[in-house]
Amino acid sequence: MTEPVLQTRGLWCAFGALQASKDITLDLRAGEIHALIGPNGAGKSTLIKQIAGSLRPDAGQVLLAGEDVTALSTAARARRGLGRTFQISELAMDDTVLQNALLGALGAQGRPFRFWQSALGRDDLRSKAELALARVGLADKARMRTSELSHGQRRQLEVAVALTLHPKAFVMDEPMAGLGTTGSKTMTSFLDGLRAQAPILLVEHDMDAVFALADRISVLVYGEIIATGSVAEIRSDKAVRAAYLGEEA
Amino acid sequence: MSPILLAEQLLNGIQLGVMLFVMAAGLTLVFGVMGLINLAHGSLFMVGAFAAAAVAGATGSFLLALVAALAAAAAAGALIEVLVIRRLYARDHLDQVLATFALILIFSEGTRWIFGSFPLYLNIPDYLSGPVTLPGGIQYPLYRLTLIGIGLAIAAGLFALISKTRLGIQIRAGENDREMIAALGVDISKLYTIVFALGAALAGLAGALVGAIQSVQVGMGEPVLILAFVVIVIGGIGSIKGALIAALLVGLTDTLGGVLLPQVFRFFMDGATASSAGSALASMLIYILMAVVLIWKPTGLFGARA
Amino acid sequence: MMSERVLNGVVMAGLILFPLWAWMADAPFMITLATKAAILALAGVGLNLALGIGGLVSLGHAAFFGIGGYAMGILASHAQAYDPIFTQPFVFEGTKSMPLIWLTAMIASGLAALAIGALSLRTSGVYFIMITLAFGQMHYFFSISWPAYGGEDGLSIYVRNSFPGLNTLDPIQFYAVVLGLLAIVLYCNARLAKSPFGLALGAARQSPLRVETVGISPYRLQLVAFTLSGMITGLAGALFADLNRFVSPVMFSWQTSGEIMVFIIIGGVARLFGPVVGAILFIVLEHVLGGLSDYWHIYLGALLLLIVLFARGGVIGTLTGREAAHD
Repeated sequence: MTEPVLQTRGLWCAFGALQASKDITLDLRAGEIHALIGPNGAGKSTLIKQIAGSLRPDAGQVLLAGEDVTALSTAARARRGLGRTFQISELAMDDTVLQNALLGALGAQGRPFRFWQSALGRDDLRSKAELALARVGLADKARMRTSELSHGQRRQLEVAVALTLHPKAFVMDEPMAGLGTTGSKTMTSFLDGLRAQAPILLVEHDMDAVFALADRISVLVYGEIIATGSVAEIRSDKAVRAAYLGEEA
Repeated sequence: MSPILLAEQLLNGIQLGVMLFVMAAGLTLVFGVMGLINLAHGSLFMVGAFAAAAVAGATGSFLLALVAALAAAAAAGALIEVLVIRRLYARDHLDQVLATFALILIFSEGTRWIFGSFPLYLNIPDYLSGPVTLPGGIQYPLYRLTLIGIGLAIAAGLFALISKTRLGIQIRAGENDREMIAALGVDISKLYTIVFALGAALAGLAGALVGAIQSVQVGMGEPVLILAFVVIVIGGIGSIKGALIAALLVGLTDTLGGVLLPQVFRFFMDGATASSAGSALASMLIYILMAVVLIWKPTGLFGARA
Repeated sequence: MMSERVLNGVVMAGLILFPLWAWMADAPFMITLATKAAILALAGVGLNLALGIGGLVSLGHAAFFGIGGYAMGILASHAQAYDPIFTQPFVFEGTKSMPLIWLTAMIASGLAALAIGALSLRTSGVYFIMITLAFGQMHYFFSISWPAYGGEDGLSIYVRNSFPGLNTLDPIQFYAVVLGLLAIVLYCNARLAKSPFGLALGAARQSPLRVETVGISPYRLQLVAFTLSGMITGLAGALFADLNRFVSPVMFSWQTSGEIMVFIIIGGVARLFGPVVGAILFIVLEHVLGGLSDYWHIYLGALLLLIVLFARGGVIGTLTGREAAHD
C-alpha cells in the first residue's frame, strides 16, 4: 500500500475538562475523497484546526506526505502542500476577486517580499490566478470586489485560492454551506473531478454531497472516530446508526 | 542603603502601585465590557484633580474636594459616554483611538482655558499631614499611608462588586456574551453608561488623591494613563486581579529601580556616571519589564487566550 | 466628485507653486511653514505604510521621529565640536552632511522599529496600541534622563547641515530638498502599495488567517512594514530637527505620535496622499486658528471628532467618494 498523503496519529486535544479530540487516527490516500461527518459539537472543527496548524494537539502527530508537521506553523504546512478552505470565508474582502487569487499564487511561488514590481503586472502569477478562477467559474467576476460576491461565490473563491497553491492535499470545511441546490450540484461535480489532482479531506453537513462524493467516510462523535468505511459500510454500521442517526436506530 | 530607607521606598512603590491600579481598573473594565480603548481616561484623572483643587480652594474641605472629584469625573464620563463614546463601540480601534485623542485635546485645552496654564495646588488636610511611626521605627507620611489604604479598599470593593452584586453579574455577563445579556432584558446602554461613569469616577478620585502630592496641571493625566496601559499589558486585558498584581509590580519596579540602580552602578562606575546611567536605565525599567512579560506571555500574566 | 489621481496632482502642484509664490513675494516664513508641512507629511507617509496598508495602529511613531531627530542632533553636535562620537572599536566622527545624517537616522530608527515591532507584533489589536504607546514613552523618559545630549533641555545646532551643491540656509533650497525626498518616498510608497508585498500586507490586515493559509507569515510581512515605516518617519525626524536646528524630548512625546496619526485621519487612511493633505491642513489650521485663539487645540479636537464620527474617508474620501481605491 502506498503511503497516505495526509495522516493523523493519535491526536488528543482538550479545552479544560472537555476532550475535543480523543486519540484520532485517520488518513487521506491519493485520489480519494475522505469525508468527515458528525453531529454539531463532535469536534470536527477542532480536528481541522489541528491538521491545518492553528491549534496544537496535546498529544499525537500530523503527517503530510510522510513528514511530521505537528510542530510547524499554518504557513509552513501550507508551503508543504496543504490547501485549506474555511467554513466561514477567510478572504480579503476589500480586495478584488483576482487579487485574492493572486495572493494564493504569490504564496505558492513563495517570494512575497517584492516591493517594486506590480503584483497585477506579474504575468506568471496572474495567469495562475486567472486559471484557478476560471476553473471554479469565477472568471467573469475577477475585477469585482470580494465583499460584493454572493455567499456561494465566496465559497468558490475559497476553493480557487486553494487551487492556486497546487496542494498535495485539500482540507475543506463545509464547502457546500449556503450554496443552495444548484450551487451544491455544481460544487459536487467540481470536487468530484478535483480528487484526481489531489485528495480531499471533506468536512460536510450536506449528506447528499457526502454520499455522492466520498470514497470513505469517518464518523466523529464526542471527539472520537466511531467508524471509518465506505458509504455502504457507514450506512449499515450499527454504532453509526445508534450514535449519529440517533432516533432512527 | 539602610533598611529603613528601603522600607520607605517599598511603601512608596506600593503607594504608586495602588494608585495605578485605581486608574487601570477603570480602563480594563471599560475594555472588558465594551471593547473600547479610551485614551481620554487620563483626562478624567485630570478633571478629578482640578475639581478637587477648585472645591478645596473654595471650601477648605478636603473631603468635599474628594466628593467633587468623584462627582465631576463621573459626570464628565457619563457625558462623553452619551455624546461620543457610545458611537464608538462598534467602530474599529483606530477610530476609538482618534476620537478619544480628540477628547484629550478638548479636555486639556478646555481646562487650560478655564483654569489657566499655571498649576494649582491641593493641600493635604492637617489631620492627614505629618509622618507616623510604623513598627520598626519607620517614619512614613500619614497621607501616603492613607492612599495605600484607600487604594486597597477600592480594590476590595471592586472585587466584591464584580463577584457579589447584580451589577457585577451583568458586567461579567457583558464580558462574555453581549447578545446574551441584551436578550435577558438588561438595558445594555444604561449598563455601559454606568460602567463608563464608574471607571471615570475611579480615575477622578485617583487624580484628586495624587493631586495632593503633586501639582495639579494640564497634561498630568497622560503619563499616568500610559503607565496604566503598561499595567494592563502586563496584567492582561479585562482582568481586575491581573491589574492589581501588575500595578504593584510596576509601582515597585519603578520606585525601587530609581533608587537602587544608581547604587548598583556605583560598584563598577564613578559616582556621576553611575547616577546618570542608573537613572537613565531606571526610567526604562518598567518598559523592559513589559517587554519581558510580552516575550514570555503575549496576552499578559492573567490575560485570556488571544 | 474628483478622481483621486487628479486631487493628488492638484496637491503636488500646490506643494510646488505655493512656496514658489512665497519665494517671489519674499515671504520666507511661508516657505518655512510649507517645509514644516512637507516634513510632517513625510512622517505621516511613514506611519501610513504601517497603518493604512498594514492596519497596524501604532501610537509609538514618535519614537522613530525622535530617533531621527537625535541622530541629526548627535552627529551635528559632535561635528561642530570636532569631537568623535566614539573611538572604540573604530573612530566614529560626527558629520554635517545631510545625506550621511539621513542614512544614519534611517538605520537607527529602522533598528528601533525592528526591535519594537518584533515585540509588539506578538500581539494585536488594543494590546498593540498600548504597547507601541508605552515604548514611545520609554524613549521620551530615556531622552529626558540621559544627560549627555541636553536631557530635558534638548540640543541646539548652530548652522543647518549641508547638502552638496545647495545652500541649505536659503529656505527655498532647503524646501526643495525636503520636497524632493517627499516625492521620492511617495513614489516608492505608490509602487509598494501595488507590489506583491503590498498585496500580501493588505491581505494580512483584512485576514491574517487567509495569508497564513497560502503559506505566508503575516508576522514577517508586518514586521518588515513596521520597520520600513519607522525608517521613513525617522528620516522625517532628522529633517524636522534640521528645520528647527534643535532637538528635544518633545519629539518623543506621545502627543507627537498622536499628531502624526491625526494627519493620516484628516487626509484619509490608506490614501497615498492622505498624510500629505492632512499635514498641510494641520499646518493651515495651526496657523489660522492659532492666530485667532491660544486654545486652538479645542477646535482641532472638535474637528477631529467630527471627522472620525461622521466623515470617515477623511478629506480625500469626502472629495473623491467614500471608498478607498482598490484596483
